Amino acid sequence: MTGFLTLFRKEVLRFWKVLMQTVAAPVLTTLLYLLIFSHVLEAHVQVYPGVAYTAFLIPGLVMMAILQNAFANGSSSLIQSKISGNIVFFLLPPLSYLEFFLAYLLAAMVRGLIVGLGVAMSGLLFTDLAFAHPLWILAFALLASAVFACFGIIAGIWAEKFDQLAGVQNFIIMPLTFLSGVFYSIHSLPAFWQAVSHYNPVFYMIDGFRYGFHGVSDVDPWLSLAAILPIALILAGLTLQLLRSGYKLRH
Amino acid sequence: MSRAISVRGLAKRFGGLEALRGVDLEVEQGEFFALLGPNGAGKTTLISILAGLVRASAGEASIMGHDVVRDYRDARRKLGVVPQELVFDPFFTVRETLQFQSGYFGIKRNDDWIDALLHHLNLTDKADTNMRRLSGGMKRRVLVAQALVHRPPVIVLDEPTAGVDVELRQTLWQFIRELNGQGHTILLTTHYLEEAEELCERVAMLKAGRIVALDRTANLLRADAQRRVELRLSPSRLPAALQPRLAGEKNGAFLLNLNDYGELEGMLAEIRLAGVQIESFCVRQPDLEEVFLQTMRGQP
Ligand SMILES: Nc1ncnc2c1ncn2[C@@H]1O[C@H](COP(=O)(O)OP(=O)(O)OP(=O)(O)O)[C@@H](O)[C@H]1O
Ligand SMILES: [Mg+2]
Repeated sequence: MTGFLTLFRKEVLRFWKVLMQTVAAPVLTTLLYLLIFSHVLEAHVQVYPGVAYTAFLIPGLVMMAILQNAFANGSSSLIQSKISGNIVFFLLPPLSYLEFFLAYLLAAMVRGLIVGLGVAMSGLLFTDLAFAHPLWILAFALLASAVFACFGIIAGIWAEKFDQLAGVQNFIIMPLTFLSGVFYSIHSLPAFWQAVSHYNPVFYMIDGFRYGFHGVSDVDPWLSLAAILPIALILAGLTLQLLRSGYKLRH
Repeated sequence: MSRAISVRGLAKRFGGLEALRGVDLEVEQGEFFALLGPNGAGKTTLISILAGLVRASAGEASIMGHDVVRDYRDARRKLGVVPQELVFDPFFTVRETLQFQSGYFGIKRNDDWIDALLHHLNLTDKADTNMRRLSGGMKRRVLVAQALVHRPPVIVLDEPTAGVDVELRQTLWQFIRELNGQGHTILLTTHYLEEAEELCERVAMLKAGRIVALDRTANLLRADAQRRVELRLSPSRLPAALQPRLAGEKNGAFLLNLNDYGELEGMLAEIRLAGVQIESFCVRQPDLEEVFLQTMRGQP
């Protein structure tokens, strides 16, 4: 237990010490999206009746911030430790792979959620937000951050160079988040892209999350939950298996 | 009583490269043991397998009776490793580094021992300095402290004195000796053979993944290397009777083989008989470096 707590604390402290870069910067970037898109589109777009575009946009942006930062935390921490070699500091002690997993998972979730909270609170300066179903908000925030935290840990274990990690970020994470309905409802897309979006797990994360705020969504939140939960379990299982086998960590 | 370190039939392949080819080694509790060998011999690989950083291709290893794979948590609790590479986490200070390391080993409050470690390793005034701002030798000493936070009975040091200045090297060895005196088992690798000779009771020499010599230091010094007399004469003319002993000349001095101290008397008598004066005379003990070079040369 002490081992896990220490590793968790270390992982949180790692991003806490550089808050500017790990929290403030992503909050600011997301706010710029909010500023520009809401300014340009507020008068022209209404996705759900009675929901202003800015209010529609905010949950999507919050979710995007949660995902990207949950991914970034575990992946960048692991690759830095691997490349600098200080990963031996936690490979030498008797930490179990479960402790290792939980520490990295929770720390990455914490970072994602803090950035998400930062975006949400700044968003409140622009418009009023409804909190129709707080439990759904919480459920999707936790689940989605866990999925991308696992994803980040896997990428961090797998990658041997920073540019491999950047590749994952640019060619997988970015398209997944941008093609998921952060800025629009997928119902406004052509039929083909609408169908494609239904295979994007991030679509369900954002849609379910949005339901929590506005009480309306493209699909039933239970369906979204059913889509994400198995992915979370599979990724968690895979991460645990990689850590247990020592893949790319113990040669 | 279980062995401090026990290694049986250990082999490791990295792709096509055989880093270890069947190593057997037993180190008893309380020993001060040196693992020597040229670059690439497999020392770090062997240590990494003991530490669980590398998985063996064949064979097994245990620390204090705990298998390093099956029983890894107990094995790791008993082992402290100072890695060869100078690694550090630039996010933290010296003290934070040591507190985290204690925590990973499940130790909650360790500040007294951390202070003692800092003191022994002359790091007290650097306690709150960020790791990034330390010199290389200081970082190395922090690595030593990190390996000791959990007071492991078995301590493995992979070239701990590389880049450490003379004075601190002495301080470090004094501290390690103290720990050994308290019963800790020490295994070290070093390329400074005089260090190993001075400190270690037993030595294993590794070459290309095989152990090529394994004995008490004293036995190795006795058995393998030739003791020599360095003799300067005036006039510089070696008596005929001593010619068979001549091993070489160095700066005008003769180097004569000496198998036994008993032979000295006869040698001196021959010199007196030849009527030459002795300008200088000294017996050169074989040292571990010589034994090491001979052993390495003698192997395929
Ligand atoms: N991770 C690895 N992948 C591939 N080859 C490796 C790896 N680690 C070590 N080797 C190879 O295994 C051999 C033994 O290396 P090792 O580091 O054990 O040597 P060493 O005795 O510690 O040498 P040195 O005195 O230079 O530290 C070397 O040929 C090295 O190139
Ligand atoms: Mg080495």
